[in-house]
Formats: sequence, structure tokens, C-alpha cells
Amino acid sequence: MLLIHCPYCGESRSELEFRWAGEAHIARPENIAEISDEAFAEYFFIRDNTKGIAWERWRHIHGCGRFFNTIRDTVSDKFLLSYKAGLPRQPVPGASETVEGDAA
Amino acid sequence: MTSHRIKGAGRLTPARKARFTFDGKIYTALEGDTVASALLANGVHLMGRSFKYHRPRGVLSAGAEEPNALLDVARDSARRQPNVRASVQEVFDGAIIQSQNRWPFLSFDIGGINNLLSPFFAAGFYYKTFMWPREAWAKLYEPIIRRAAGLGVAPKEEDPDHYANRFAHCDVLVAGAGAAGLTAALSAAETGAQVILADERAEVGGALLFDTGTVIDGKPGYDWAQGVLAKLKAMPNVRVLTRTTVFGYYNHNFIGLAERVTDHLPRPDKSLPRERLWQVRAKKVVLATGAIERHMVFANNDRPGIMLASAARMYLNHYGVAVGSKVGVYTAHDSAYEAAFDLKRAGIDVVSIVDCRAKPSEALLAAARNLGIEVLSGYSVVNTSGRLRISSMTVARNGSTNHRKIPVDALLMSGGWTPSVHLFSQSRGKLKFDVENQRFLPNVYAENCVSVGACNGTDDIGALLAEAASAGGCSLSLSGESAYGWTGGMIGAAEGAGPDTAVKAFVDFQHDVTAKDIRLAVREGMHSIEHIKRFTTNGMASDQGKLSNMHGLAIAAEMLGKDIPQVGLTTFRAPYTPVTYGTLIAHSRGDLFDPARKTPLHTELVAAGAEFEDVGNWKRAWYFPRRGEDMHAAVNRECRTAREVAGIFDASTLGKIEVVGPDAAKFLNLMYTNAWDNLKPGKCRYGIMTREDGFIYDDGVVGRLAEDRFHVTTTTGGAPRVLHHMEDYLQTEFPDLKVWLTSTTEQWAVIAVQGPKAREIIEPLVEGLDLSNEAFPHMSVAECTVMGVPARLFRVSFTGEIGFEVNVPADYGASVWKAIWERGEALGACLYGTETMHVLRAEKGYIIVGQDTDGTVTPDDAGYGWAVSKKKTDFVGIRGLKRPDLIRSGRKQLVGLLTQDLTEVLEEGGQIVADPNEPKPMTMLGHVTSAYWSENLGRSIAIALVADGRARMGQTVYIPMKDKTIAATVTDMVFFDKEGGRIHG
Repeated sequence: MLLIHCPYCGESRSELEFRWAGEAHIARPENIAEISDEAFAEYFFIRDNTKGIAWERWRHIHGCGRFFNTIRDTVSDKFLLSYKAGLPRQPVPGASETVEGDAA
Repeated sequence: MTSHRIKGAGRLTPARKARFTFDGKIYTALEGDTVASALLANGVHLMGRSFKYHRPRGVLSAGAEEPNALLDVARDSARRQPNVRASVQEVFDGAIIQSQNRWPFLSFDIGGINNLLSPFFAAGFYYKTFMWPREAWAKLYEPIIRRAAGLGVAPKEEDPDHYANRFAHCDVLVAGAGAAGLTAALSAAETGAQVILADERAEVGGALLFDTGTVIDGKPGYDWAQGVLAKLKAMPNVRVLTRTTVFGYYNHNFIGLAERVTDHLPRPDKSLPRERLWQVRAKKVVLATGAIERHMVFANNDRPGIMLASAARMYLNHYGVAVGSKVGVYTAHDSAYEAAFDLKRAGIDVVSIVDCRAKPSEALLAAARNLGIEVLSGYSVVNTSGRLRISSMTVARNGSTNHRKIPVDALLMSGGWTPSVHLFSQSRGKLKFDVENQRFLPNVYAENCVSVGACNGTDDIGALLAEAASAGGCSLSLSGESAYGWTGGMIGAAEGAGPDTAVKAFVDFQHDVTAKDIRLAVREGMHSIEHIKRFTTNGMASDQGKLSNMHGLAIAAEMLGKDIPQVGLTTFRAPYTPVTYGTLIAHSRGDLFDPARKTPLHTELVAAGAEFEDVGNWKRAWYFPRRGEDMHAAVNRECRTAREVAGIFDASTLGKIEVVGPDAAKFLNLMYTNAWDNLKPGKCRYGIMTREDGFIYDDGVVGRLAEDRFHVTTTTGGAPRVLHHMEDYLQTEFPDLKVWLTSTTEQWAVIAVQGPKAREIIEPLVEGLDLSNEAFPHMSVAECTVMGVPARLFRVSFTGEIGFEVNVPADYGASVWKAIWERGEALGACLYGTETMHVLRAEKGYIIVGQDTDGTVTPDDAGYGWAVSKKKTDFVGIRGLKRPDLIRSGRKQLVGLLTQDLTEVLEEGGQIVADPNEPKPMTMLGHVTSAYWSENLGRSIAIALVADGRARMGQTVYIPMKDKTIAATVTDMVFFDKEGGRIHG
């Protein structure tokens, strides 16, 4: 059973208290009524389903009730970070940050 | 009967006796005996029959790895457990023990014919034989295989014992209380850490229980262990759990332990659980799980009387039992010499030590000489004889065909030791193969965990103690001496059981897998150990191959001409040893299996004679039969009375969410397809909630109590997910909205009063509110008092009649219900349940989300297109509803169906076709979602999802059933009071 850190309660608690809520950082388009079928499909249906480092949402449903984000390695099941909803996608702790567009 | 106890040997108290029966015969044991040691003390070696060939088998081990001696142990007919390992189960006074897998007797078993037929039962036999003809599967093969499979027979009676469950946290969990585990636990405890030490045996000590040669801290190992135990028990930060198996290593150091609390007690206190499941979250785990001795793989190595050398030592040194009077030893490892020496010193005739190694150490040979034991080095045991017990071993010099038969009544064997890496492997740690010593050892750890001692391949006792102390966090300085280490020995088939032979040299005793079977699997194309395992079932018995895995792997690798790591090791899975269902289930059985939710009115409903139905976890009143009424008659009466007079209904299970805040209306605009800004306080509206994909998710009436306060109702089953869905959007998509959501489902008792006399019934009980049609029309809501109780009164209807829903705080529900029913009864009303509710709503064409819709139905499909606001620029589902597939023509739409035979009630789920004569596969138009007998209409009615349904009004469709085809006419969904006048009174 996973041990999950709730950034609102500031405590690590058993998975029993939580509910998984899918991939994180998929924002609902502001102008959703206007977007194309392709854009809607991308927003609503398409998920990365990453093997490895995944940004996920969890809800402390049997605790404070808050939704929050985590970084979890889906291979080892290790949580690398928990952070509050609304914060931008956080970098993987310990990984060297690469800036997009940098020469390889 | 001769006792095989040796005076002065062992640690049990001779005065404390226990009596038990084995296959009906009475035996005496000493308290503390296992079933195995007690039977051996009585000279009984034959304890079971093997799985496939029904070969006579005796106990092989003295621990958890036992593959042979699986028995049925009972207190009484209900407290009976099959497949109990005789080497683990302690004897208790009154135990009723029976052998398994034999008929009619253990000593003469008809099934033994399988042994003679064994050439037909080679590996893969089942896969090859039970294939054709296909029809034979259900009637012949499956029943036969099922009967043959498994050893014991499960009890039929309900288990009368109870089981417990505990959660615990600790800094350090130590698995195994041998020399390493005790040291690690003591070391950790001395740092002040919270420690749990668990061991599967009744006593701590591990290998020290049999290995009397080891000295720690100047004391004999066993005495040292008991000293450490006393010390640990006196420390407040330590919990020692004996008879407790660490069976599972799960994510993030979550550890499963099974504690056997009463299985060893003759008359357990009824208040004690039989077993207790511990779910422990440990900051750090120390694995001190030791090593398991391997057997030797040679011809007929499975006769009763043949056992592991360490087991014989355990039976002698701990239980004081001699496993034979003329004992042979066959070994590839030094440790078996200690067994020979111990037995010899206890006065038992050890006829010879057959050592397959060419040059055992001089020291060992000298020690054997001194004790007068013949050592045949460079020899092997190539066969044995004896039907129900070994009577001789046949030995030969390696490479020679000159055989010598030596009479023995017990043969001790040791192929060396396999580190117990099961828990480490379960933790997803990665093993590495130690080529020099031919064993797998822990390498890369996945959790905060450390292996110490024999399971880590640490040989030297001094190094072991230092390693264990350091794992605990302190540097205890302990000295130790031991006669042998854990390395060495051999894996694979021994002399005389090689590829050129056809002998039965057992690798896996429990599943009767021989070296030959493994080779056959390789020859038939199985090249991965995972395939070989499944084809031969090697390691797939309840002992999970604790003895057989390494041998099987080595034989396969030899056949394949590959190195062992290339062939691979199968993954160890939890549980380490079998865990009873009772332990895993603990309290979750009977009434506690899935707790029932009861409404605040439940007692009243019971008193009124309600029959109940389960709706999710809720117990809902289904119908209220009067004397002599069946369900049909009761529902017909309730339906009639509700429309003619009035009906009273417990609607408390409706989901209720209080939506409060300055942005409450704005939020509901986003959550529902309807518009809420223009709903005035004091009014209600029926709302439809879609998901982002445009499909109906829930529905319900929403009342506006104030500008900033809404009383939202949801479907009974939908309440939790609707709140979750709302919270998700509120917290993550619209966090700026000032809105608070609170579940109030259980806070309100809801009494629905529906029918022409509804107003007359409740009017005198309601204070401070004019209930007239003008002042309080349909779809009104108000706060008032009912019998002095603060209430929310809704004028709503799910029947098409004048209706009120009286919401009062749950604790007042029963008294208000009583008062309403007293008036209702006097006026000729009735109580009705969910069945009548369903019929009445269907008569009016009101849908039930989840019954008439299934997650692929849009508001328009359901005929509720009017509930989707055309003006709003956003709501959840607005974009999904525009998807091409959702706006195309030909979608399934909800319509009414009227059977042409008035009395024919359709079956819900029945498929609908246009042409009943179309050849199969027929074109299916949709299915029936609701169907009832309508007493008020004097005919059957139905709702159905039909492709292009609204364009088919008046057409005939067909519902083909098994025995007939039913014709029905497509109509609109409102069957009763089409003008809808009744609802307004």
C-alpha cells in the first residue's frame, strides 16, 4: 500500500485515505465551447500513460478532501514530490533541469 | 508403543503431555511438540501421499518449507483446516489430525496406481491429454481434474472462529529472530527506536534452535537467544511477535504479518482471535530470514524417513526425538556432519556419511573418525528402497557401477543452504547471482531495507553479528563461534540422476516434479524458467518451491547449456507461506462485510412491515405487503392508492449537497446544463448534469433557498461521485469561485407525500407556510417548521401527482413520519416503496439515471434537450455535446413502448429489432430500459432506448425472447395524465 504525502495536511498517510484522479496539468481550455474536435479530443481523451516519471493528481478524499499533484515513478511506485493544486508542473527532484530548445 | 524420545535430549518438559489422534489412532505428545515431532516421537514417519503419484511421504523438514507432511488438523467439524504443515503446527490436547490425498488408508492407497502409470503423467500431461474433444471439457475433464487437484478438502461449515486486524507503525521491523534478527532488534532497540521483531516459530532462535554448536557471547546459542529475548521483552519500545509470519512485503515498507494466536492452545479463550493480521508501516525493514537447507536430488529421494539433516537435528536437539535408529547421511555440505555427530552422541547408530564431495575437510573427517562414523567421500546415494519407510540406501563411488546396499531407517541429506531472499524479492529488490557459491543474493534495494545474516549470504558468525548490529544502528560488540558456514553444497541433480537416467529423482516434492520432468520441458521447447515452471508446475505448489527452485533452475540450465542467471529466476510473490482467508478478511464478514446504510426512518419502515431491497449500501423499503398480499398485489394497491388518495414514501436516501456562497449560482451554471441565475429563491428546478463528454452523469431537483444557498439533490447512488465531481471542478478548474460544498445526505430525513390528498395530510402539521397552489405552487421550496421542527419543504413530484417532500433533521425524522402517517392512514393513504415509486415515475415517463441511461445517453437522447441552456457560454459538457457522434442522426433515443398484448410485461434489457424474421445476426435497434405492469393504466408499459426512436412513433418493433417474439408499438414516454394537470392540483 502506497504512502502518500498530502501537501495540505503536511503528513504522509496510507493510500486508503486517497483516491487517484488521473494525469495532472491538463487544464480545461478557457474557451472550451469554441475549440476544435481535435483539440477537445486531445484535452479530454488523450493521456500520456507514462511508464516512469508521471505527474498525477490525487485527492485526500478521506482526509482533508483536497486535490493535489504528485510526481510518481510508475515503475518503482516511489513518490518523488507532492505539491498543491494550482502550482505549475514541478521539476523532478534531483534531476538536472533541461531547458527546452537547448542544443543536445 | 515405543517412544522415540531420547532421555535428556530436547527442551520440552516431559511431564506436560497432550493427547491427539492421527487417522483415528490416539497418540501422546509433549506440549511444545509440532505435529511432526509428536508423530516422529511415536515412530510415525508416513504422514501423507504425494499429489500426483500418491507416493508415501514423510516429513522432510522441521519448518515452514515443508512440502510433504500436509495434514488436516481439526478441533471439531467446523474448526478444521486442510493442508496444515505438520512441521509448523503445534500439537494441542484434543487435536484431531488426518492424513490427506489417500483412499481408503494412508498405508494402502488405491491412488498409488498413478505411481505405476507415471510414464503417462509426465510434465505437460494435462496440457496434452485434456484437449479433445472439446465437449469432454465440461463434463469429463474439468470435473476429474478438479477432483484430483489440491490435497486437502475444505470444510463446508462456516468458520466459527473470529479473526483480528491491527495496524501498526514502527521505526524498525525485523523479520526473523535468529542470531542476526535478535542482534539487529537489540541494536535498534538500544538506539531508542520503536522496534517490532517477528518470527514464525513459537520460540526465537532460528537456526540456534537446532545448531547447538554455535556459541555467542560465550553462551550456547540457544541460551544467548533466550537472554536477548528477555532483554527485548523488558524494553518498552520493543514488540516481539512469535508465531508470526512476515508474509508480504508491499510498497513503501508496508508489511503484512500473520500472527497465529490460538492454534496451539487446547482450549482457547473465546475472546481471543484465532489469528491476527498485522499491517505494519516500517521506516526501515531488517530482513533476517536465514537460509533453507536444500535436499539432494537422487533416485527415490522421497521415501518416508528421508529428511533434511537440519530437520533431524531440530527434532533431536529441540524436541528430543530420534528420527531413526540406523541413520545414513547423504551430503554435499559440511553442516550435515553436525547432524551425524549430534545423533551419534545421543546414542543413535549413524551407519555412514555419504559425501559426494571428493575431499571433505580433514577436520570433519577426523571428527567423524573420533565418533566412529564411516565417511564415504566421493560416493553418492544412487537409490533407496522401502515401501512406507526407507529400509536401505544404495551407495556407489562416483563414476562407478559397483553398488553397495546399506540398511537404514532414516536418511539425512543436505545439498547446502539457499538464502531466503523471498521477502527481499517481494520488495522489488534486485538479486544478483553469486557465481562462486551458486546462489542468489540481495543486490539492489528498492525500499529502505537491509538484509543481514544467512539471507544476505553472510557466512561467518562474527561477521554476521557485526552486520546485524550495524543494521540496527548500534555497534554491539558480540563474539561468536560456529562450526560451519552457509556456502558450499550443490544444486541440481546428483550422481545417478543425470540426463542419461530415467529415475524418479524428486525436485519438487509437493507437485511430484522430477529432474526428468524438467529435462523433458526443456526438450519440448521451454527455454525460459517461467515456461519450465508452468509446464512442469515446479515451484507452483503451496510451498512455492522453497526447496525446489534452485535445483530446478540448475537442471534446466544444464540442459540448456546456459548459465543460471541467463535462465532466470522466477519472482517470489506474497504470501511467503499460506495465509488463511480468515486472517485476510478479519472482521469483514457477515454484517461487517459491507455495512448497511439505514435511513433515519428505518425502524418505522420495519414496524410497518416493509420488505427491503439493497440499493448500493442502502436498505430501501421496497413494498409494504398487507396480510395475504404478494409483491404484485401490494405494488398494485400502492400504485392505485397513491393516485387515488395519496402515498407516503421514505426518500431520505436521495443525495443532498448544500451549495453555498456568493458564486453558488455561477458554479451551478457550470456544473449543470440548465441555467440557474434566473431561478428565484423559493423555487426549484430539475437539473441535468453531464460530464465533459456530454453524457448524462446525474440528475435531480435543485432548490434555491437564498441568493447564495442551494439545496441540491442527486440520485441515491450518485451522491458521492457527484460531490467528488463538483469538488474536482471547484478546487482545480474554478478555484476562484467563492463556493462551499457540504454533503447533507445523512443530515435530512426526507418524507415524500404524493397524491391528491397530499396537501390535506401535511397541512395541519406545517407551521408558518401557506400551502395553497397560489402561494406554494409546484416546484416551490421553503423553510418552515413541521410540528415545531425546523424543516425544508419542497413542492415536488416524482409521481405526477401533487407532491411534497418534507425534509427534517434526521433525528426528528421518525416522529414526523409517525405524525404524517397517522394523518395519512386516517385519510386512506398508503405507504409505498421503491417498486411503486418506479412504476409511478415510469407512468409519467420520468427517467432514472443509471437505469434508463447508461453513460452513453445525452440529454437530447433522453428527450430532455430542453434542459440544456442555449444561452450559456460554458458548462461542463458544452463542448462534448457538439461532438459529431453526439449530434448525428440515428442515435438511440428514449421512447415509450406499448406491448400489443396488454398483459405482456417486457423484460428489462430485452433487445429490440425492426424485423423479427431477419436472419441472424439481427440488426439491433436498442433495448428495453424499464418495464412494469401499470395497474392504473390496466396494461404493461415500458421505456426503451431505440435508434431514431422519436422518428418511429406508432411503428411496431419486436423484442425476440427465448421462447417467443413480442410485438410493441413505439410511443412517447408519458403514459399517464399526458396533459400533466394533476401535478398542479
